[in-house]
Formats: sequence, C-alpha cells, structure tokens
Amino acid sequence: MIQELTSPLLRVGLTAMIAFRALRRNKLRSTLTALGIIIGVASVVSIMALGRGTQKRIQDEVSSLGSNLLVIFSKSRRTSAAAAGSGQSGNLTLEDVKAIRREIRIVKALSPEVTLTAQAVANGRNWSTTIAGESHDYLQIRDWALTRGSMFTERELSTSARVAVIGSRTSRELFGPLNPVGQTVRIKNMPFTIIGQLKSKGAGMGGGDQDDRIVIPYTTAMRRLTGEKYPRLVTLQIHSDDLMSAAQEQITALLRQRHRLTEERNNDFEIVNQKEIADTVDNITNTLTFLLGGIAGLSLLVGGIGIMNIMLVSVTERTREIGTRIAVGAQPRDILLQFLIESITLCLLGGAIGIALGYGVSAGATMIPNFHPSVSIGSIVVAFGISFAVGVFFGFYPARKAAKMNPIAALRFE
Amino acid sequence: MNTSVIELDNLQKIYRTGDVEVRAVNGVSLRIERGDFVAIMGSSGSGKSTLMNMLGCLDQPTGGQYRLNGVDVARLSRAELSRLRNLKIGFVFQCFNLLSRTSACENVELPLFYTNPHVPLRDRRERAIEALQKVGLGERLYNHPNQLSGGQQQRVAIARALVNKPELVLADEPTGNLDTRTSIEVMGLFQELNDAGITVIMVTHELDIAAYCKRIIVMRDGRIIRDEVNAARLFANDQRAALDASEQHASLS
Repeated sequence: MIQELTSPLLRVGLTAMIAFRALRRNKLRSTLTALGIIIGVASVVSIMALGRGTQKRIQDEVSSLGSNLLVIFSKSRRTSAAAAGSGQSGNLTLEDVKAIRREIRIVKALSPEVTLTAQAVANGRNWSTTIAGESHDYLQIRDWALTRGSMFTERELSTSARVAVIGSRTSRELFGPLNPVGQTVRIKNMPFTIIGQLKSKGAGMGGGDQDDRIVIPYTTAMRRLTGEKYPRLVTLQIHSDDLMSAAQEQITALLRQRHRLTEERNNDFEIVNQKEIADTVDNITNTLTFLLGGIAGLSLLVGGIGIMNIMLVSVTERTREIGTRIAVGAQPRDILLQFLIESITLCLLGGAIGIALGYGVSAGATMIPNFHPSVSIGSIVVAFGISFAVGVFFGFYPARKAAKMNPIAALRFE
Repeated sequence: MNTSVIELDNLQKIYRTGDVEVRAVNGVSLRIERGDFVAIMGSSGSGKSTLMNMLGCLDQPTGGQYRLNGVDVARLSRAELSRLRNLKIGFVFQCFNLLSRTSACENVELPLFYTNPHVPLRDRRERAIEALQKVGLGERLYNHPNQLSGGQQQRVAIARALVNKPELVLADEPTGNLDTRTSIEVMGLFQELNDAGITVIMVTHELDIAAYCKRIIVMRDGRIIRDEVNAARLFANDQRAALDASEQHASLS
C-alpha cells in the first residue's frame, strides 16, 4: 500500500533544510560550537601555508646559488681550528684545479676562491667588506648577472689585473646612487678599477648579505693581497644534473691520485653537493611542518569533542521537539539524518571560516620580506575533508541517541 | 464505505517491570465511526493515555487487534506507521509542543516536511497559511510561539494537526493549560472541525470539556466502564455568549 515516493536525495535536501533552520534558531550556540573547529582548521591551514612559504624560500635560495654546483674544500691536516679553512693549511693546490679542468670533461666551469675581509676606500668613504678572489667564470657558475659594466676576462685573470666587480650593497655604501663603473676603489692601499656592478641577490643560505662584496681575480687576490698559495675552496659547475655523482667520483679519484693517498687513508678534501644540503634542509622543514600541522590537528579533535558535547546537550534539550517530529511522521532515520547534518554543517561552516582565517594569517605573513607563504588547494581540500569527518564522527553518537528516542516518553519530557 | 475509522478488538497493553505485570490497557473493544467526536475520560492510571498512544500508532499493543480505516496496524512496518501518522492522524498536545523561535507558519509546515511524496516548498507554505487561516490565525502567520497567547499557541498546534488534512485528530488534554474562555474557544474550533467531517478523539479529565463531545467513554483500570452518547452536549457558541453575558453582568453590578 505504501511505496517509497520521495527520492533519497530530495529527502536529504529536506532534512538539511530542517537542520539549517534548527541551527539558525541557535545562532550564538552554533557559532561557539564551531569555534573549536574554526581554530583547529585555521591553525592547520596557516601552518601548512607557512611551511610551504619556508620551503619556497629555501628553494629560491638554492636556485640563487646557481645550478649543478659542487664545492671542494681542503681538509686541514692540522687539528687547529684556526688553521682549518684559512687557506694556509692547503692541500688543495692551483695545480689540482688545473688538473681538474684539464682532465675532467664534465666540469663546465670552475672557480677557485680566496676570501678576505678588508676596508674598501673610495669616493672619500670607507667600508669594510668581503673581498672574493674568483675566476672569470664565477658569475656564470653562480648564475649572477651584472647591472653595469662587464666581468673581468681570462686575460685579466692571468695577468693578475687590478680590476674589480662590485656588489650592489657595497656600491651603495661607497658611491650612493652614482655609477661605480670606471671609478677606483682602494683595497689595502692598492687601487682597483671597478669594471662592473653586480645585480642584487639578497641574503644567502647562511643569512649573510651576498650583495656586500667585491669580486676580483683570484690571482690578484693571492699574489697582491694575501700572499696565500692555496685556494680556500673551489666551486665547480657540472654540465648536467645527472652527471653530478659521476663528477664527484671522478674528482675524488683524481685528487686522491694527485695527493698520493693510499687505500687506507681518508680523503684530505671534501666535496659537497649544494643541492643535497638544500634537499636535507627542505626535508627537515617538511617534517617540521607536518609535525606542527599534526599538533594543530589535535585541536581539531578537541573541537570535535566540543561538537559532540553540545550536540548531546542539544538532543536532550530538544527531546520534545524530537517527540513531536516523530509524532507528525518523522522516521528515526529522518531524525538521525537531521542531527548528523546539523553537526556536519557546523563542522563545515567552522572549516570554511577556519580556512578563511588561515588564509588571512598567511596573507599577513607575506609582509615579511622574501617570504611568500601560500595556502594550497590541497590543504583546503584536506581541511574540508577533516571537518566533514569530524562532523560525521562526533555527530553520529548524539544523532543516534536522538533517533532512538521513544516518542511517548519524549513527548512528555519535562 | 461502511468501515469504521477505528476498530479495536480486545486491545491489550501489558508492561512488565521485573516480576510485576501492569495491565495498562486490558481488553478494550471499541468502534469509532467517521465523523464522531469522542471524549475519553478517566482518572490517572486508568489507561486512557496508553490507549491514546496506541490509537496514534506511537505505541504497539501487546494483544488484540487495532484496525485503522480497516487496516490492521500490527502488520505495518515502522516506516508505514510513520507515514500513517503523517497523513491520517493529527496530534494536539496539552503543552502544544511547538518549536520555539520558529514562526507559526514554519511550525505548521513541520508535518509536510515528512510527507511522502514530497510537498514542494510553495505548496508547503500555502497549505500552512490555509490551515492557520482556518484556525483564525491568518494575521499571526510569522509570530513566534513566545509572541502568542496560550490559546493562540494551541491553535497553531491544531493548524499543524490539520495541515495534512487528516481523517482523525487525537487531542491529549488540549485545554489542560488554558483558561475557561480560551478552552471554550478551542473546543469551538474542534466542534467546527468535527462539523467539517473530521473524527476527533480527545482525552480529558474535565467533565465540562467532555461535555462538548458527542460521545463520552470512561475508563478505569484499563477497561471501558462506560460508553454513552452525550445527551447534554454543550456548544461553544452558546457557552461563549453565556460567558460574555455573565461577565457583563459582573462588571455592571
């Protein structure tokens, strides 16, 4: 005699309408109930966004180093920390560098480096800066452009010419807005002609200002400024990404042979792949982001328990309403669905507000220079998914309690 | 159509609490014809409320037979019972049981949400307004229960009971929370509905309220002890006029 005429979808729609009306009747309570979810979702979304921003920043810094880079450091035979890395302890010689260039074809370019800190005097001003002795290939290796002038040539390198390329910060400190190219800068009382100005690159991996430096030929730096015989390190650019490990092996073999290291002796140099370091840092950031996100996720759990609590109170308080609904024709599953939809709606609403808040936090954090956090579609989808799951999980028990009510007792409930 | 709206045959409801057996309804046989207006009376514990719950399909008997419109209710599933309540029976309660912070109109729409097949939104609203107009609340469609008097609230509840055009209205102490004047008004409303062909069954313990009905059944200890036509039936219109007159008299003297 009775057929099922209303489609299930329509039934859900109608029940949703009932649930929305019930929530609207209790605006303040609904808002407070959703607050737990709002805070939980907002913190998950913003932490994920900040994590992404940090990763993006690391990736930017890595790409600002140039691509396919290896760095060879000499390891000191002496144990003194002061001697280590000073260049005096050198077991990495310019002959080694030449041999690498000659024999290892997959090295595209290389630059031995000596650095010192010195006062640069020009234009009547005085500025303490880093003087970097490099090869003519240095800018190509570091993927660094010039805003003015040109880089020194191989010829100027071989003649230990007194030419300099100046960093943007150093230029600003010494010359203000003036064009430094063609000017003279005195380093340790020795005049250098400025032939180029570097483009600004910002803070490096270590946090130091890459733009505060003067680049000169390493030959000039060694012969005329420091008197050192050995480069502190050598930066190499390899032809392609997939040749990195091959290059590392070949260089190791060559240097071991040149340094006459027997099987049992350790390397007296170290080859570092800068991308690997960056990858490690990247991994750590990732792990931290997920860890913090997980802790923030706990507040979602707390929010869910809050929802369950309020839903239970709400079910008890609305016992007579439930009885009335059953009396006028609601089936237990209608009641179940109504309360379930109420809790899911609360959670999704909380989720939406939380996402908006998280988005706001992330937008606020973009004010930090060089930092670009971004809310991913993925984290929005996950936040909504979790909100929905919390709604279903913590709403089910109260909803079932409502649906199981005996209508007669419910109608007489005081 | 010679079937009665309600046919009870030796209906029983026995509760067991531990070893004690409570025979709340103990063998009631009864026929109620279409268009009747019945008061069920009795002291508390007489089984009148239990009987009412079974008549309203909120409770299943433990013995005997209940045929509503010729259909044996015991054979229906829960879903079918829900549909029966929704379409054939209107409920009116002592405490009105309206949803708070919800307009009269939305309260009256409530049963239509659960009507199968689906009643479209526009029809829901139209039928709710029609029912409210029928109970004389056409001016108060969007008031919330707390903005209405007790009598008005009970009329909203009656409109809710009527909105699906039921054959049977079950009222449980409908005037229990109302004063004399509003009680008379509500009884007048029930008399109007009954004149329009709706069968009304009402539980009450007040004799002067039962006096408005066509038939009075008295219960005691789960059985019917008296079932007779109300010879001295009151009519709400006369009573209201009498009340007006007596009040006028009181204010004059």
